[in-house]
Amino acid sequence: MQRQPRSFARVGYVVLVAVALAAPFIGLYPVLMMKIMCLAIFACAFNLLFGYTGLLSFGHAAFFGSAAYATGWLIRATGVTPEVGVLFGMGVAGLLGLVVGMLAIRRQGIYFAMVTLALAQMVYFVCLQAPFTHGEDGLQGVPRGRLLGLLPLESDVTCYYVVLVAFVAVFLTIRRIVHSPFGQILKAIRENEPRAVSLGYAVDRYKLLAFVLSAALAGVAGSLKTLVLGFASLTDVHWQTSGEVILMTLLGGLGTFLGPVLGSSIVIALQDTLADRAGSWVTVIIGVIFVACVLLFRRGIVGEYVAFRLRRRLDAK
Amino acid sequence: MTELFGIPIQALFGQLLLGLVNGSFYALLSLGLAVIFGLLGIVNFAHGALYMMGAYAAWILLDSFGIDYWFALVLAPLLIGIVGVIVERLFLKRLYKLDPVYGLLLTFGLALIAEGVFRDRYGVSGQSYNVPDALQGATDVGFMILPNYRAWVVVASLVVCFATWFLIEKTRLGSTLRAATENAALVQAFGVNVPVMVTLTYGAGAALAGLAGVLAAPVIQVTPLMGSNLIIVVFAVVVIGGMGSILGSIVSGLLLGLVEGLTRVFYPEASNVVVFVIMIIVLLVRPSGLFGKSA
Repeated sequence: MQRQPRSFARVGYVVLVAVALAAPFIGLYPVLMMKIMCLAIFACAFNLLFGYTGLLSFGHAAFFGSAAYATGWLIRATGVTPEVGVLFGMGVAGLLGLVVGMLAIRRQGIYFAMVTLALAQMVYFVCLQAPFTHGEDGLQGVPRGRLLGLLPLESDVTCYYVVLVAFVAVFLTIRRIVHSPFGQILKAIRENEPRAVSLGYAVDRYKLLAFVLSAALAGVAGSLKTLVLGFASLTDVHWQTSGEVILMTLLGGLGTFLGPVLGSSIVIALQDTLADRAGSWVTVIIGVIFVACVLLFRRGIVGEYVAFRLRRRLDAK
Repeated sequence: MTELFGIPIQALFGQLLLGLVNGSFYALLSLGLAVIFGLLGIVNFAHGALYMMGAYAAWILLDSFGIDYWFALVLAPLLIGIVGVIVERLFLKRLYKLDPVYGLLLTFGLALIAEGVFRDRYGVSGQSYNVPDALQGATDVGFMILPNYRAWVVVASLVVCFATWFLIEKTRLGSTLRAATENAALVQAFGVNVPVMVTLTYGAGAALAGLAGVLAAPVIQVTPLMGSNLIIVVFAVVVIGGMGSILGSIVSGLLLGLVEGLTRVFYPEASNVVVFVIMIIVLLVRPSGLFGKSA
């Protein structure tokens, strides 16, 4: 992976943090912002797997959705506090990731994508028929509760800052993972898997760990989404959600830190503006962006910008 | 004897036949996927959308132009084949030097576009297409009442599948095609126009999907979503069978359809997932797929 020019990254982060802190006071609708952050966590988790390890999972909605259901179910059934609900969702998604990952890494490349897609579809059918998901109706009316039993989250602004903290925590965790020796090995696997094998790395074990981490963090996203919106539905486990998270990551920039955040902001904002006016055209537009991304800017917005800056710098020398 | 394992024999064979009908569609689609993947190195997510468009083409031909089933059977695959040729020329040919995941992602985008357009135009509720007059009714074949149209679907797909197999494995054209799969540059050097061959192969694969769509139109509701629901199962079929072998994709398609039919008789709740369960078992026991070369 190419090094990002420092100045760009620094400006990006400063702007992002400033906007994020001030968001509820500058007219940005907190619920929409929370939805964006949940999906940004989802995309960052996906990016850890596809962007840094080179494994295209076409079934990440299974982890997002199962955590969304698990959190909703636990909170409704036992009335636990929200952070316990989120941890439970994360655990469920991580376990599911362990099972799916163990099966999927038995095949490489394009088959890996097909296996994950098929297994996620299986999870979808299970959710469709299982009693605790309430089928087509979805799991409705999940209360936000009180964080640690103390802080009530019913106010959107309070909840917003809690979600923001969670988002920053996940973002920094992923940064830490990528910059760790473990992350370096993941990148080595992405660049040249046979080489990594010949260097003596137990590649399958690294891949599996990356898969489980990515699934568990995707679960955090799903759990938070249930808390924020108060429901979990079949859309959360549908293959279209798996497709959307790929698009967010690809559009923003594969293998960049800010790319998935930018990508998810664009896609959610787009869906939000178009939803009432254009219905099924949202699908068309998402399809068009997909095609455009693959044909015109495979590095994504952030990736292309970084490459552009790098080229300018080289030309100047 | 009217019961077998406590199941009325009519119901058992009825479900088996339905399974075989579904299996025919799996076979036609996974065959097209295998041929396209072999030559283009692209996993065509849009295959489901092409199948859906084939069904809609038949419906539109009848509804707006009064063209009946038998002409649609030729005309609709031709139209979808042309769509395929255009798609290959416009989009896919730019991807051949890239990682195959980009082919999957691009065709996924194309599938979303097609689905969205049809959903906007025709809604999600779906259209029904009447069984053609010549194939209405059913025949009593002794042990069961055989619906004529379903029998026709199975026979027609089998004929098309084996014709395709024969074309690829036993003819001169097929051997050129297989040679290009192995080493395109060398075949080009022998004076074969490989790019045209690639385009036509994609067109042919698309036409097969379109044909499956026309065959399916009278048995199921024609809806914009019929393609994407099917393609994911077909992907599992392809993982089970392996994309390396033409015969393998036909056989595994039909077999899995049958298994699905049987499951619908004995444990209906699992009929949606049985193909995926078999995929898991195959991944555990024989990761390269039933007919795949160990890679």
